[in-house]
Amino acid sequence: MLTPLLISRYTATSCIGTGLDTTRDALKHCRSGLRQCDFESVTLDTWIGRVPGLERMTLLPALADYDCRNNRLALLGLMQDGFIDAAIAAVQRHGAQRVAVLLGTSTSGILETELAYRHRDPVTGALPAEFHYRGSHNIFSVAEFVRQAIGAAGPAWVISTACSSSAKVFASAARLLNAGLIDAAIVGGVDSLCLTTLYGFNSLELVAPEPCRPYDPERSGISIGEAAAFALLERAPDTLPADAILLAGYGESSDAHHMSSPHPQGLGARMAMEQALAGAGLSPGQIDYINLHGTGTRGNDSAEGLAIKTLFDHPPPSSSTKGATGHALGAAGGLEAVFCALALADGLIPGSPGTRTLDPSIDIDYRIRPQPARLGHVLSNSLGFGGTNCSLVFSRADARTEP
Amino acid sequence: MNANRSPLSASILALGVIGPGFDDWAAARAVLAGDAPWRRESTRLPIPGLLPPAERRRVGAVVKLAIGVGMQAVTAAGADAAQLATVFASAGGDGANCHAICETLAGDDRMISPTRFHNSVNNAASGYWGIAAGAMASSTIISAYDGSFAAGLIEALALAHSLQQPVLLVVYDHPYPEPLAATRKLLDAFGVALLLDPIATDGPRVRIEGLTTDASDVLPDAALDAVRSGIPAARCLPLLALLAQGRSGRVVLDYLDETRLAVEIDQ
Repeated sequence: MLTPLLISRYTATSCIGTGLDTTRDALKHCRSGLRQCDFESVTLDTWIGRVPGLERMTLLPALADYDCRNNRLALLGLMQDGFIDAAIAAVQRHGAQRVAVLLGTSTSGILETELAYRHRDPVTGALPAEFHYRGSHNIFSVAEFVRQAIGAAGPAWVISTACSSSAKVFASAARLLNAGLIDAAIVGGVDSLCLTTLYGFNSLELVAPEPCRPYDPERSGISIGEAAAFALLERAPDTLPADAILLAGYGESSDAHHMSSPHPQGLGARMAMEQALAGAGLSPGQIDYINLHGTGTRGNDSAEGLAIKTLFDHPPPSSSTKGATGHALGAAGGLEAVFCALALADGLIPGSPGTRTLDPSIDIDYRIRPQPARLGHVLSNSLGFGGTNCSLVFSRADARTEP
Repeated sequence: MNANRSPLSASILALGVIGPGFDDWAAARAVLAGDAPWRRESTRLPIPGLLPPAERRRVGAVVKLAIGVGMQAVTAAGADAAQLATVFASAGGDGANCHAICETLAGDDRMISPTRFHNSVNNAASGYWGIAAGAMASSTIISAYDGSFAAGLIEALALAHSLQQPVLLVVYDHPYPEPLAATRKLLDAFGVALLLDPIATDGPRVRIEGLTTDASDVLPDAALDAVRSGIPAARCLPLLALLAQGRSGRVVLDYLDETRLAVEIDQ
C-alpha cells in the first residue's frame, strides 16, 4: 500500500477559470468554457477550450528565453491561488535540492516552432534568429521554466506520454517521496493550443464539429483545450484537518494494442484502476466518484465505460469534465486531479456540460448534472495515445481515518 | 549529500548500446575497457525484429533506435519483454517527424497524415514497444534536456524499488534534420538500455548516491568524450566505462545545469 501523501496546495487554470474561484463556480453551475475555434489562423470547424489573454502576457526579462504560449500559461497558472508563493515556501522549508519539479506536457512550446516554420529564410531555409529551441520547443522547457521561477534544485523532468502525462507525474513524485530522495514535489501539467494537435486530431477524424458530448450516444469526438494545473505534494503530518486532500493511490499500465485507439474492452484502463485501488488499500465499493477520461470519442467512452463496468459491481457516480474544459491533453490528468480535489473539498459531483442524453450501451452511473454529495474517495482516469493509462485515487483525510 | 544511503539501487542484468563506432555492448565494452581502439563511424541504426513488418515501415529512425537497443538488453538477459515495465528517456523526440509536420502546417494545405500525427506523440517508442512486445506493465517517457539519462536512471530505479520487479531503462537521442538541427546540434544517434533488477544479487549493482554539485566525470579520450558531451543519451558513458573496466566506484553524471547525479557502482 502507498503511504498517502498530502496535496498541501493546488491550483488550476483552464478555459472555465483562471484559478480556483472561477473554476469552482463553473463546476458548480455546469458551465462550459468551450467556444467556436478562434485560435490563430485555424479554420477547422470545431470548438476549443482557449485560455484568454495568453497572447498579451509577457515574462520577466530573466526568463525571456522561455517565452512561448506554453510557458506563459504555466506562469499564469503558477500565479493563481498563491501557488507560486507556496512552492517558494516549500523550497525554503525543505531546501532547494529536496524539492522536485515533475510536470507533464504533450506538445510543450511546439506552437512557436510551427510559427517559425512560416518564416524560414527563403535562401537557406533557416528558422528565424529569435527562435529559441531550448526555451520553447524542447519538451523539458516547462519544467526548467518552473524550477527557475521557484528556485527548486531537486530532481526535475517532464513526462510526455500524451494524454496521461500529468497524471503519471503524481506517481513519479510519490515514488521519489517514498524512497526518501525528496521532501516535496511540484507536480502538474501544462499543455497549450497548437496547430499540430488541432490538425492532427482532425486527420484522425476525432475532433467534434460541436462542443464535445462525452458519453452521449451522438458524441462525435473531442474538443481540444489547454490548461495549467499544479499541485504541491509532501509527506502527510500525523494530524491533518478533516478536509485535507491526499494522494492515496496510483496505477499505470499499457494497452499493448494500438497507437491511436484504446483496447476495445478497456483492459489496460481496468488494470490501471485496479492498481490504483490496491495502492490506496480500497475496494471498488469505497470509491464515491470517478472523474472519467471521457473524451467524447466513440472508442474512448465505450472502452472506458466497459472497463468501469467490469471492475465495479455497482459503478459509483461518474462524469467527464471535458465538456467544460475540452481535452487539455498533456495537462488533462493534472487538471482533473485538481477537479477531484475540489470535488472532495466541496462535496460536489461535477456535471458534464455538452452531454444531452446518455449512451444506453454504456452501463455506468454517469451524471450529467452537478450534484452535492459527501465524497471520501475519488478516482481519476487518464488514458492516452500509445495505449498509456494512469489512474489516481484521492481521499479526504477524514475518510482515511474513519473505520 | 544525503545523510541516509538512498535505497534506489538495482543489479544491472544486461546492457544494450548503439552509438557512433559501436553496434552493441560488446563493442562498446571493448572500447571503454581499452581493449579495442575506437573509430568514429556513423551510428548504424538497427532494424528491430521485434516490430512486425507493417510497423517497421511506419515508425521513424528514433523508434527503431529505441526498440533496437532495448531488445539488445532484453535478449542478452534472456528476459521476457512482455513482463517488463519500461522507462524511456530522451532529450528530444522524433525530429524528422516533427519537421515534416511543421513543414505541412506552414504550407497552404495543412492536412497532416494520421500516421504522422500518432507518431508525433513523445511516447511513440513506448507505445510501439508495448504493442510489439505485448507488454501491459507501466511504461513512461521522460525528458530533462541534456540530463535525460540521469533523470531516466532516477525514475527507473524508483520504479523498480516501488514495483520490486525488473525495469528496462532505454535512453536514446537522434539528431534533428535542418532547419531544427541548426538550433539543436547532436553529434549523432545514441541509445543505451539497462535492464535493472532491484531483487537480484548477482551482476554489477548501480545505486543512486544523490544529487551533487561536484564536476561531472569525463572520458580520458578526448574524441570519445566528444561523443559523451555531444549527445545527451551518451552522458552515461563514464558509468558504462566503469562497468566495462569491471571497477567499483563513484561516478558523477551530467543532470541539470548546476546539479549533477552521483552514482555508485559495486561489482
